Amino acid sequence: MNVDWSIISGFLPQLIAGARVTLYITVVGLAGGMLIGALVGLMRAYGGHLINGIAFVYVEVIRGTPIVVQVMFLYFALPVLASIRIDPMTTAILAIMINAGAYIAEIVRGAVLSISRGLTEAGLSIGLPRWKVVVHIVGPLAFRRLIPPLGNQCIVSLKDTSLFIVIGVSELTRTGQEIMASNFRAVEIWTAVAVFYLIMTGTLTMILRMIEKRMRIL
Amino acid sequence: MSAIIQFHNVSKHFGSLKVIDEVDLEVHRGEVVVLVGPSGSGKSTLLRCINGLEMISGGDLIVDQLSVKGGNKVLREIRQEAGMVFQQFNLFPQMTALENVAFGQRQVRHVGRTEAKRHARELLEKVGLADKEAHYPHELSGGQQQRVAIARSLAIKPKVMLFDEPTSALDPELKQEVLNVMRTLADEHMTMVVVTHEMSFAKQVGTRLIFMEHGKIAVDGKPADVIDSPPNDRMRDFLRHV
Repeated sequence: MNVDWSIISGFLPQLIAGARVTLYITVVGLAGGMLIGALVGLMRAYGGHLINGIAFVYVEVIRGTPIVVQVMFLYFALPVLASIRIDPMTTAILAIMINAGAYIAEIVRGAVLSISRGLTEAGLSIGLPRWKVVVHIVGPLAFRRLIPPLGNQCIVSLKDTSLFIVIGVSELTRTGQEIMASNFRAVEIWTAVAVFYLIMTGTLTMILRMIEKRMRIL
Repeated sequence: MSAIIQFHNVSKHFGSLKVIDEVDLEVHRGEVVVLVGPSGSGKSTLLRCINGLEMISGGDLIVDQLSVKGGNKVLREIRQEAGMVFQQFNLFPQMTALENVAFGQRQVRHVGRTEAKRHARELLEKVGLADKEAHYPHELSGGQQQRVAIARSLAIKPKVMLFDEPTSALDPELKQEVLNVMRTLADEHMTMVVVTHEMSFAKQVGTRLIFMEHGKIAVDGKPADVIDSPPNDRMRDFLRHV
């Protein structure tokens, strides 16, 4: 067996560039996903039949199909269906947004519904409009409860970016693949790629733990 | 005395279950009405209809000249005039005792921060918890939490106070401190509607006792009279068990 770890150093700039792309897609995608998730989650928790129904269909379609299929659909089927052509990077960000949005919607819904009905009634009873009850009472309490599952989703989404290799986005996994293709150093390169992912997910975990520590779950 | 709460032929259904059955009732200013009855008799539901936590299915219910059927805006006005105290206290857990009491005034009555705090301190003192203002609900005993909850309701300056089994979740020795606060309110001529099983409170503080059964008002009279000589067997039987 011929393993030479020193060759990694030569490819570090490339790998770092790939990791930056991965991080960029994750951060922008998740920011959008959280917005979608909050909105859809609240639609599910508070909406009437119609609004709840629309939100339900979105969540079911996304949760019920593999993310690779969603990416393929966005990149290859959408241009045919609606003559909308989007570049790979935009597709990647959009895919993370839409995919994470559905999962986060369920996280938000669960957190909101876990807050005792009595607190909502107490808020309404002092004459608050419902939206103020949501913003000032249920929201802050639900937020604390959604941090652990939200952290989980962030890590899942970060790793999901690796499958954008199929549409040629030069994120970390694709970068690893390209280096591999030139030197066939499978052990060294894939180990390095795995470590890069671990560093990113590890940092995420630490940030989440810090937030959790600062906020008591009530 | 003028009526501040008027039930006109009020009914409430949960699906096919009729919980309130064509009730007529007037509560006048300054009255302390004690609602008793077996579980499932509709007493809590009757109370919750008054501030619109339950919507009535039939008839009309007027609170301080506003109908509970008047839509969301009117309902909010009614809720500001009819404070509610719950069995489970329902204090906002992310806020201190003082913040719990000050919060409503700031949001609903648009009182300034310093004024809201000053008033909140006054109310905490009134319920005997001046030294607990910085405590969070989980740091307080049940009796203390319930007293903060009463202060929170009073902070909105309601004309009526509704109590939904305020001492049922409390240990016997903690019940008294809550009942004492309620007694003080009654002495100040606050209009109160109280769902409770505390017969001694009903007798000492209540000005009127209503016994409910199957969603109807079965007995309505002076507490001392109806407790000492129940007008029907059902109530006699009920009183033996509380």
